[in-house]
Amino acid sequence: MKIENVKGRKKDIWTTVLYIVCGLIAFFLMLPVFIVIPMSFSSATFLQFPPPGLSLQWYQRYFFDSAWTRPTWISLQVATATMLFSTLLGVLASFPLVRHKFKFKSPVNTFIVSPIIIPVIVISVVLYGLFSKMGFVGTRLGLVLGHSLLAIPFVVITMSAALKGFDVSLEKAAMSLGASRLQTFFKITFPLIQPGIISGALFAFIISFDEIVISMFICGLSSVTLPVKMWEGIRLEINPVIAAVSTMLISLSVILLSLVEYLRSRAEKIRGSS
Amino acid sequence: MQQSSKAKGIYLIYPLMLFLIVFFVYPLFLGLIRSFFDPHFTLIHYIHFFKVPIYVLVIINTFKIATTVTVFCLLLGYPFAYLLSSVSPKMSNRLMIIVLIPFWVSLLVRTYAWMVLLGREGVINSILIGLGLTTSPIKLIYNAIGVNIGMVHILLPYMILNLYSVMKGIDRNLLKASENLGANRLQTFFRVFFPLSLPGVAGGCLFVFIMAIGFFITPALLGGTRDIMISQLIESHVTTLLNWGFAFCASFILLAITLLILLIYNRFLGLDKLWGGV
Repeated sequence: MKIENVKGRKKDIWTTVLYIVCGLIAFFLMLPVFIVIPMSFSSATFLQFPPPGLSLQWYQRYFFDSAWTRPTWISLQVATATMLFSTLLGVLASFPLVRHKFKFKSPVNTFIVSPIIIPVIVISVVLYGLFSKMGFVGTRLGLVLGHSLLAIPFVVITMSAALKGFDVSLEKAAMSLGASRLQTFFKITFPLIQPGIISGALFAFIISFDEIVISMFICGLSSVTLPVKMWEGIRLEINPVIAAVSTMLISLSVILLSLVEYLRSRAEKIRGSS
Repeated sequence: MQQSSKAKGIYLIYPLMLFLIVFFVYPLFLGLIRSFFDPHFTLIHYIHFFKVPIYVLVIINTFKIATTVTVFCLLLGYPFAYLLSSVSPKMSNRLMIIVLIPFWVSLLVRTYAWMVLLGREGVINSILIGLGLTTSPIKLIYNAIGVNIGMVHILLPYMILNLYSVMKGIDRNLLKASENLGANRLQTFFRVFFPLSLPGVAGGCLFVFIMAIGFFITPALLGGTRDIMISQLIESHVTTLLNWGFAFCASFILLAITLLILLIYNRFLGLDKLWGGV
């Protein structure tokens, strides 16, 4: 391993200590994610460790109960709309942010990412104040607008990284060979930044799908999302249905994260070969 | 060609700016106004916030928890980031998965998982009793211990990513040079590597601390009635007490504290480093 080249010829006691400590930290990081999965397949009627037997009863409860499927459907709709809306705004804005020099560029950058720095409870309360006047509380539109505030910074950051690695001379070459601006965009620019756009969109989707604090305030009684339903469930009783929902949410996160990683490695390969 | 694209391109940012002004700046402004008018101009909410002993306790408690969480995140994050930055890129990509999976799993799911682990009849107590290490369950939840464990777990990936981004930029030849000149590994670490990693330490601690003072879900589920943080105070004033003026006032105090810390950081270290200069 490279660590030996860097540190010296032999592994000394400190390397061993480092490995053990990091092993424990890795265990701490992964433990909660993996403990929920076996609990969700438990045959017990309450949370019990170790599970006395295996069963799919909690998944069955989830899929056949409209109190769970309705919030899931709302979350899916809101997350899809948030993804489309924030990707559109974020991708458009990232072009001038990366390519143009303008006054106040650095403060504008900070301003755009500030919704993820300032406490989400502050955003939730002031949005609730505004939306209750506009009649947006309890609507899916209100949720989409609120979630987009948190999703757009991730789209902009992902897109900016993609655009920074983009060789502008490729566009110039296309145009000097007679391609129009639009042709250049669709034939050259878009295919090259596509992995960045998709990654940003996936981030936006998962941020909206998992968002809880803004949703708690904005969703009202008519647009309860899946995380808000879970939150209410957790406060009443630690019911194993929530372990089943959690397992599905963990799977969704892992799948989306793998997709993003795949896109990233592919983009690196394309860039490396060109 | 280039000239015209510069003139045209800037318009692409306008839709986003319009959206942020209407749904971010405007509601913040509206809330700020309403924290001072109830319905006539008054400072009563702000005076209450700093005079009522319970609210003062909530602020102190918020800072106490945020500080503890930041310290533990640094203690756990530093060795892990160090390992990530010193193994081969292939190995570090693999280890990074351990950081990124919890990072992308919903905060609510992770908090729930800690309830399952730490509860009275939870996994940890079941194991301890099963092994005969204790006869009655240990109280690990609905107190400060639970809040701290849960929050450290949720914020640790942020700390590791911040530290790692600085550590991977440290020139390893400096370490070799130090060892060739006769320093042992501990000396090399403390006199060369550690000072060079300090910007990452500052960035990571700042990020974790700012996130921690605004936490709501985790203290609400893992904490007891004595471990209330500012966010919970705000939430209860909106949803149960319907005291909007006070909720807005507390929100702006929380916002002011956050901005103050960011300003101090910017003054000394430069904020643009924090998000890689977007």
